[in-house]
Amino acid sequence: MANIISDETIEYVGILAKLELSDEEKEQAKKDIGRMLDCVDKLNELDTSGVEPMSHVFPVSNVFREDVVINGDEHEATLKNAPAAKEQSFMVPKTVE
Amino acid sequence: MQITEWTALELGRMIKKKEISVREAVDASYQRIAALDGDLNSYVTLAQEAAYARADQVQAGIEDGSITGPLAGVPAAVKDNICTEGLLTTCSSKILYNFVPTYSAEAVLNMEKAGAVILGKTNMDEFAMGSTTETSAFGPTKNPWNTAHVPGGSSGGSCVAVAAGEAPYALGSDTGGSIRQPGSFCGVVGLKPTYGTVSRYGLIAYGSSLDQIGPIAKDVSDCAAILEMIASHDKKDSTSVARTDCDFTSALVDDVKGLRVGIPSDYLGVSPSMQNRLAAMVGPASSIRGGESGPGLDDEVRQAVLDTADVLRQKGAIVEEFDLSLVEYAIPAYYVIASAEASSNLSRFDGVKYGYRAAEYEGLHNMYKKSRSEGFGEEVKRRIMLGSFVLSSGYYDAYYLKALRTKALIKQSFDRAFEKYDIILAPASPTTAPELGKSLSDPLKMYLGDIYTISVNLAGLPGISVPCRLDSKGLPIGVQMIGDCFNEKAILRAAYAFEQARGRFLVPEIAKKDNANGCVCQRNADKCSGKETSFAAASAANGTENIQKTAADKEGE
Repeated sequence: MANIISDETIEYVGILAKLELSDEEKEQAKKDIGRMLDCVDKLNELDTSGVEPMSHVFPVSNVFREDVVINGDEHEATLKNAPAAKEQSFMVPKTVE
Repeated sequence: MQITEWTALELGRMIKKKEISVREAVDASYQRIAALDGDLNSYVTLAQEAAYARADQVQAGIEDGSITGPLAGVPAAVKDNICTEGLLTTCSSKILYNFVPTYSAEAVLNMEKAGAVILGKTNMDEFAMGSTTETSAFGPTKNPWNTAHVPGGSSGGSCVAVAAGEAPYALGSDTGGSIRQPGSFCGVVGLKPTYGTVSRYGLIAYGSSLDQIGPIAKDVSDCAAILEMIASHDKKDSTSVARTDCDFTSALVDDVKGLRVGIPSDYLGVSPSMQNRLAAMVGPASSIRGGESGPGLDDEVRQAVLDTADVLRQKGAIVEEFDLSLVEYAIPAYYVIASAEASSNLSRFDGVKYGYRAAEYEGLHNMYKKSRSEGFGEEVKRRIMLGSFVLSSGYYDAYYLKALRTKALIKQSFDRAFEKYDIILAPASPTTAPELGKSLSDPLKMYLGDIYTISVNLAGLPGISVPCRLDSKGLPIGVQMIGDCFNEKAILRAAYAFEQARGRFLVPEIAKKDNANGCVCQRNADKCSGKETSFAAASAANGTENIQKTAADKEGE
């Protein structure tokens, strides 16, 4: 395997991904990402100099509309799906002292 | 022939002629579900109560002339990643185990306007990440042709429901082949429209630049009619395209004279150097076969494609092989792009606004992490990790931008092909359906099975898979037809002409039995629209105890 993923990298990616992995999962993730990157390295065989990255297949541009509310007040229905709600708001653990 | 063997359009005609009521049509599907779904597990949530009420409403609408159209009153199933107002929508994931959308997807609203009755939500790979429907938190769906085999994925539940007569038609979603590949494994027709044709509003996003909702049905005519119904320009989806050519059923003509059909030779028999490269990708333990057929391309599948070409040729099409090029680069480019988009899209699941929240945590950030780590399954976490990696500073250019540049080259190679050909004929998958439990142990190898479908998503093209025949194991083989952007009509015409020559496709044995008096599995009686009931029943049957526990905890809060 050409791509070796370090412990530090997995820690960092775990923070970015907001995932808490067990030691076993971390080892597996190192292997999985390394192996996948070996496969992705094949792309380096292609000369893509001068090729624009294509994020969208059609030449689309921003779609604008007037900033006007078109839906009704749905906060009650929306909050029904919340794991915890209080005073018409989403409830989360205390974040500021 | 039983009601459940009729196509959606046939059923629509019978309803219009008052030979069958909407309620009877709904009944026929639920009886079939009661008899078969204990084994097949194609539904994760049923909506009986709402469906019967809706059936009476639609019946009245048909009678007073307010609901017209060829599919009025025809029941349908909807994949579990497409939002349905008031009806549980889980993406077959623990993290959305109790999510009841407050709105319906635009495609669903279009269906309802045309008089559809929604039967329930169908099983899928968790967040549509998988090719077998085995990564579902509700347990795998089984292939109705042989229940020891997978149905394909990720729209496995939708394809099985249609193949087994549990729904006259269904909606699926296709990010890398998730409609076409299970369609081919289950012997049904599946169509992935040109990107932007069907609104993605209300489709829970996986890879936003690749996702499209599309129809799954018993034949090509049904697919054309369903697409005509669900396609629309939608201001709520900024990538939605305003098309004026959505009269797809006008393409149902049995005439392919002069149609130019190209078969990529690199799909059928790849060069030895490409075989080596593909083999190197999966390492020495690879089961990828060498020889004359491509990367694991089964001889029977290859022959089915060539025979389909012969049928079209005999009807006057001009068929030739050509070199598409860049085929082996599509898989790495796709998995970088799809994972990157997934890592971004799935960051919204954090235990705050909806879905699962971990029971124990210390502070806000730990709650995010624990809820996500406990709520997502293995394959989803794998892709979020890979996506986060390729988007991270230092790797973004080398991996993500490189993949987007490769995508541009792939699009160019299709553009060149469509200067010469009206459609591209290809396999839908290298093999027929594998056995259950044989795919997930080596994810990379599973990804390589998407080789014939993913480049279509990268290039935004329309593609259809049509059942051709059964292989020597009795499993369906599908062939794929790919069109240029906005040219669904070319593939519909070719697929329709092929189907006319083939005749009505076979029905799996399991769906032939008259199940009107069949056993009603208790699990399915419980699997009603009540959300906790549905999840607990499904989890109990699949042994996913912790999910069931979560549901119970939730109830006790």
